[in-house]
Amino acid sequence: MESLMMILIGVLVAVGIYLVLSRNIIRVILGTAILSHAVHLLILTMGGLKKGDVPLLSQSKGPFTDALPQALILTAIVISFATTAFLLVLAYRTYKTNGSDDLQELRGMSDE
Amino acid sequence: MTIEIAIILIPFIMAALIPLFYRRLQRKFIGWIVLVIPVSLFLILTTYIPRIANGEAFSHTYEWIPSFNINFTTYIDGLSLIFSLLITGVGSLVILYSIFYLSMKESLHHFYCYLLLFMGAMLGVVFSDNLMVLYAFWELTSVSSFLLIAFWHHRKASRAGARKSMTITVSGGLSMLLGFLMLYTMTGTFSIREILENVDKISEQALFIPALVLILLGAFTKSAQFPFHIWLPDAMEAPTPVSAYLHSATMVKAGIYLVARFTPVFGGEMIWFWAVTGVGLITLFWGSFNAVRQYDLKAILAYSTVSQLGLIMSLLGLGSVAVHLGYSTSSVIYTQATFAALFHLINHSTFKGALFMMVGIVDHEIGTRDIRRLGGLMSILPFTFTIALIGCFSMAGLPPFNGFLSKEMFFAATVKITKLDIYSIESIGILIPVIAWVASVLTFIYCVIIVSKTFLGKIKPDISEKNPHEAPVGMLISPFVLIGLVIIIFFFPNILGEYILRPAMASVYPTFPLAEMTPHIHPWHGFKPELFMTIGVILIGILLYRYKKYWMKIYRIFPQQWTLNAIYEKVITSSENMSESITKRYMTGNLMHYFVYIYVSFVVIVAGTFLVLEAFTWDPSSDAPVENYELLLVFVAIFASFALLFAKSRITAVLLNGVVGYAVAFFFVIFRAPDLALTQLVVESVTTALYLICFKYLAELKPEPSSRKTKLSNGLISILVGSTVTLIGLAVVNYEKFNSISSYFEDSYNLAGGKNIVNTILGDFRAFDTMLEVVVLFIAGLGVYTLIKLKASKKGDADT
Repeated sequence: MESLMMILIGVLVAVGIYLVLSRNIIRVILGTAILSHAVHLLILTMGGLKKGDVPLLSQSKGPFTDALPQALILTAIVISFATTAFLLVLAYRTYKTNGSDDLQELRGMSDE
Repeated sequence: MTIEIAIILIPFIMAALIPLFYRRLQRKFIGWIVLVIPVSLFLILTTYIPRIANGEAFSHTYEWIPSFNINFTTYIDGLSLIFSLLITGVGSLVILYSIFYLSMKESLHHFYCYLLLFMGAMLGVVFSDNLMVLYAFWELTSVSSFLLIAFWHHRKASRAGARKSMTITVSGGLSMLLGFLMLYTMTGTFSIREILENVDKISEQALFIPALVLILLGAFTKSAQFPFHIWLPDAMEAPTPVSAYLHSATMVKAGIYLVARFTPVFGGEMIWFWAVTGVGLITLFWGSFNAVRQYDLKAILAYSTVSQLGLIMSLLGLGSVAVHLGYSTSSVIYTQATFAALFHLINHSTFKGALFMMVGIVDHEIGTRDIRRLGGLMSILPFTFTIALIGCFSMAGLPPFNGFLSKEMFFAATVKITKLDIYSIESIGILIPVIAWVASVLTFIYCVIIVSKTFLGKIKPDISEKNPHEAPVGMLISPFVLIGLVIIIFFFPNILGEYILRPAMASVYPTFPLAEMTPHIHPWHGFKPELFMTIGVILIGILLYRYKKYWMKIYRIFPQQWTLNAIYEKVITSSENMSESITKRYMTGNLMHYFVYIYVSFVVIVAGTFLVLEAFTWDPSSDAPVENYELLLVFVAIFASFALLFAKSRITAVLLNGVVGYAVAFFFVIFRAPDLALTQLVVESVTTALYLICFKYLAELKPEPSSRKTKLSNGLISILVGSTVTLIGLAVVNYEKFNSISSYFEDSYNLAGGKNIVNTILGDFRAFDTMLEVVVLFIAGLGVYTLIKLKASKKGDADT
């Protein structure tokens, strides 16, 4: 299972990066979302899969599956949600102000 | 803390205190309070003189970074004592002079703060035994010099001069650092004394000559030797007390100190002899040659300082022969050159310091330093005239002043060296006394120019209109003390030789018996070649001065665009342009390019390291079994993500992203992570909704406008990164070198009172982390709110 997951993660990373390398701002944001999915799965897989029970003391006496990666991922999910929301609004604002969603057209500063 | 370390630190402490208390003081008191420091340090240092003259040396080590062999080791011997006395002695006089020289309106606290900073750094240079500490102080002197040159920073010339001196001295310092590191690789120690003990072992090593050259570069840039001297005339933009202190008496002599300090290490090499002597002589000639054609009094003194530093440098070069020859009764005579160097070092500080202060007075009282507009000041400034006269006569090498003694010793040394037949001196050695003599004639001429153009002749009408008067007594004290020394040293040179110079000779020639190295200094020693040389200098000098206008054409031979300054400017501007064009080439402003840099370097560095170390392994034996529905889920996720690449409409794209997200949530369920699954489901739904809301305001997806080539290379990069991640993941998934810390958290009920381990980690064990996460959410929310609500006040916003 771990090997299979690693392949899936590799595919997700490749797709995410291809999207991030786009010129369209929406594709870039989607790319970051896919990348964070890949990273969450990576962290979980690194901790070992299906090695124990659900980490709830009330449900089982152990052995438990590794709880630490889960805590890390939980933090990461929330943070990536925050950044996605922020990026989306940034894209909205950029489009409103500059009338373009093409990053190549958006480059440069007015004082250059 | 020992006294030696305290001596270095006190100026720094005071420099740090000045900004705290200067507001509560009347401005005129700042200088007087600061003056206490160098005076008391000077007095403390004088108590060392008798003990060091007895052959003692004082060393204290304060361990700093012992694992790197870097310790704060102070070492006071004869050589460092000379310099420290100059630093504190001249420092006291200069601060006393500054109190009267600087107007109360200047930002005095900055001035004294920088000056103390310099003083501490310079004392650090001469007292440090550890090369790394020495280097740090060395660069600190460059920094404080930079700050002092740019003291009047509203003037463009000051800033340019400061930058120039900084660029040249710091790059020299860096090459010196390289040299020090080479010494460290050869000897395994940063301590100068320990290096000295290992000299025999290192002189055969391959790094020996490169280290020698690099360290000399550091010394030459700092001591303004040709062709690096160009920063010194520009440094004259500093206030005159600074020029007197840093740029004639102390900082520029740090290079001399370094050369003297390393003579026992490198002195036996032919390249050292010719580099130090040759560069010194060229500098001596070039400085005096250029001084003659200057019109600004300070510029004359600047070039004269360059020239005198060359003189001292060349003497040290001549003296290094003795190290090569080793001790014998016939070789000891060559050590006299070094003796003369140290002697002239002190003499130069006395007369040049006085002359700089003299120029400061002229500038202060008359308002100009241009010799074309000066003249006849003898009657207006009689005391200043006395200072100028004595200072210039001493510099020109006339009796009864100390410059005469050291100049004669210099001539004697240059003549003596021609009798040697090593280092191919027999073929070109005759040039040494010739260049020395020509340069001395030029020195004589510019000394006469300083005195006659400023003080003799008729008073220019625009000066007499202003009704100038002699400087206040306070400004005259310091130069008169120095002038007094000029005369006293002439009459009692052997006291200086006995107590100050001789112990320093022991530092330069540790293997020589001390008693034979102190020549008795006589003003008169019979009709020797050096006497005829001096007489020749005076006669020819007077002749050339009389007929100056006939040979001044010589200066027009050199084309303007080939002066060293022009070359320096060209190098600086072209390197600025080059760096700008290089930066523009890769800082394109295109987000895609930056991502490409990141990912390519990721692949190269990480995958490269794994490849080189052959760390890619794959061991599926301990993998968990794969169920059919899991396989299906993997295919769904892969299919959805691939489809995302080809999505034509944004709704499709967002839904496909949702599919991947929900697949991830299912994986969380399968892998026993119920909390994650719940969160993921909620977040994924909200995110999808957010995308859809935003789409109302955004344009429909267009096919990527990138060219086929870009798409191909992007595809290649993403596949490379993806496979790197997969391979590394496969290699490390079963990596068990360290025990997992997770079992600690399984006791969550007892430790944190919760039965859900993940929840207790977030809410208790790592609660700070969670709190900061909330802060991140808060900031993101704030950003979202601002971006939406912000009404663009500037142009470009179409419909808000």
